[in-house]
Amino acid sequence: MIFKGKVWKFGDNVDTDAIIPARYLNTSDPAQLARHCMEDADPEFVKKMNAGDIILGGENFGCGSSREHAPIAIKTSGISCVVAKSFARIFYRNAFNMGLPIFESRQLADAVSEGKEITIDSARGTITVAGTNQQFTISPIPPFMEQLIADGGLMKHIAKK
Amino acid sequence: MGNTITEKILMAHTGFSEISAGQLINASVDVALGNDITAPIAIREFQTAGGKKVFDRDKVALVLDHFTPNKDINSAQQCKTVREFAMEHGITHFYEGGQVGVEHALLPEKGIVLPGDLVIGADSHTCTYGALGAFATGVGSTDLAAAMLTGELWFKVPSSIKFVVYGKMPRWVAGKDLILNIIGRIGVDGALYQAMEFTGETISALPMADRLSMANMAIEAGAKNGIFAPDAITEEYVKPRARRPYKFYASDADAVYSQIIEIDAGKLEPQVAFPHLPSNVKGISQAGNVKIDQSLIGSCTNGRIEDLRIAAGILKHRKAASGVRLIVVPATPFIYRQALLEGLLEIFLNADAVISPPSCGACLGGHLGILAAGERAIATTNRNFVGRMGHPKSEVYLASPAVAAASAVLGRIASPEEL
Repeated sequence: MIFKGKVWKFGDNVDTDAIIPARYLNTSDPAQLARHCMEDADPEFVKKMNAGDIILGGENFGCGSSREHAPIAIKTSGISCVVAKSFARIFYRNAFNMGLPIFESRQLADAVSEGKEITIDSARGTITVAGTNQQFTISPIPPFMEQLIADGGLMKHIAKK
Repeated sequence: MGNTITEKILMAHTGFSEISAGQLINASVDVALGNDITAPIAIREFQTAGGKKVFDRDKVALVLDHFTPNKDINSAQQCKTVREFAMEHGITHFYEGGQVGVEHALLPEKGIVLPGDLVIGADSHTCTYGALGAFATGVGSTDLAAAMLTGELWFKVPSSIKFVVYGKMPRWVAGKDLILNIIGRIGVDGALYQAMEFTGETISALPMADRLSMANMAIEAGAKNGIFAPDAITEEYVKPRARRPYKFYASDADAVYSQIIEIDAGKLEPQVAFPHLPSNVKGISQAGNVKIDQSLIGSCTNGRIEDLRIAAGILKHRKAASGVRLIVVPATPFIYRQALLEGLLEIFLNADAVISPPSCGACLGGHLGILAAGERAIATTNRNFVGRMGHPKSEVYLASPAVAAASAVLGRIASPEEL
């Protein structure tokens, strides 16, 4: 798949309380959760971002709680995918299980500034930065995880089996 | 080449006779846990996938402990969703109302999770049960749905970091201080995707309550699980509670570790994690003059009877400082009653504490103890992220029950030694 969008940058250790604060967890309605996406990291984020944009994190993105509300809020907000230097493990599996595309790239975060447009080619495993000849590689994922994505998430994968 | 305890438990839940770190496996699940926040999404996924029956009604635990007693209409609706599902499927381990406790205190107390088990929970602090010598890890709601449907889940076998702890812990130093110190050393992603295995002479002597609070915070170092080899202390805790067989596993002498870290517990002082990361840890002597508005004693980390005894020992014949809201949360109904019988609740009331019903509410900024902008709390909980206990401009400092109690009395972050 190809993901092309503007980058919103966040630092290291973006936790799930920042992605979707617990005060909003009295619902699991995706549309309501999406309204508060990234609120405690950037209260204006939902107003500023556009559908198709990309979140770019540092180390350990999505640390903390197991709340799947976090990837649900991000996906439903219209963010197309998340790229980070590394992901916290529960967020990582949640994203694959529920179908939010995420990519690991150790170099990208330090190389691009906020607002730049990037293109991710998940099949080729590359990320390019618009207006430059910079190209980065995505850390490869195991075949099983690729299958999860191809099947549309864990539950559909199980149904297929 | 030998295996770690984590590898052995995982292997025992697969058909494999060999297993190694990095391998992707499907493993059978002994207990699958959800709460009022995470279960509603799992139930939706379960039903969307056409699920008609849970794989084993005795192996699913549903605990309504987060936004309970119901904090608002939406929370009540979420609880209703889970309750109806539990009734429909005849879930054996369904807890609410006067039977509910904070899940990670409740499940070990009830003997629902046991040594050698493979436990998944749609709650990140599910890693608590590693204290019993189980493999226990937090997952998301879709994982819970899959486990409830099939009784299996996919895992990547983690490599392990071995912590060897030696030396006698000084007075007022507890398991909480040890785990805060470890997280301070290795960072919030210091054990990312890995198992944290706690060993050594200090660990062998460590009471179960301290082991539970240490394993509880393995996730705060990014770990998949924290684990203690079961021993006589485990047996003493588990034997009167278990209603099914359990098994002790131990790491082989030639097991492979990604790292071995030695810690001299004899040199520790009480620890405090400053805002806004659990790794931002200082010794109490370096805390400086930090005034507090609230002291919270409770949670799945430190809401057990042993924690309440320590707090009561400090609060006896003393009061919370003027302007400090002291909140005590016995983690389960059993602990609540025990605290009543031992006279601890009387001590807390005399100290001007609010005694909360068992709930996760305050710890995650849900209800029952929210902070306003600019307010500071010392808490015996496990997270101090931005906005964790309320307003994004509030602050949370993590510490042991002893430090939280002493701080409540003095109105600032303080060591019990100062009293």
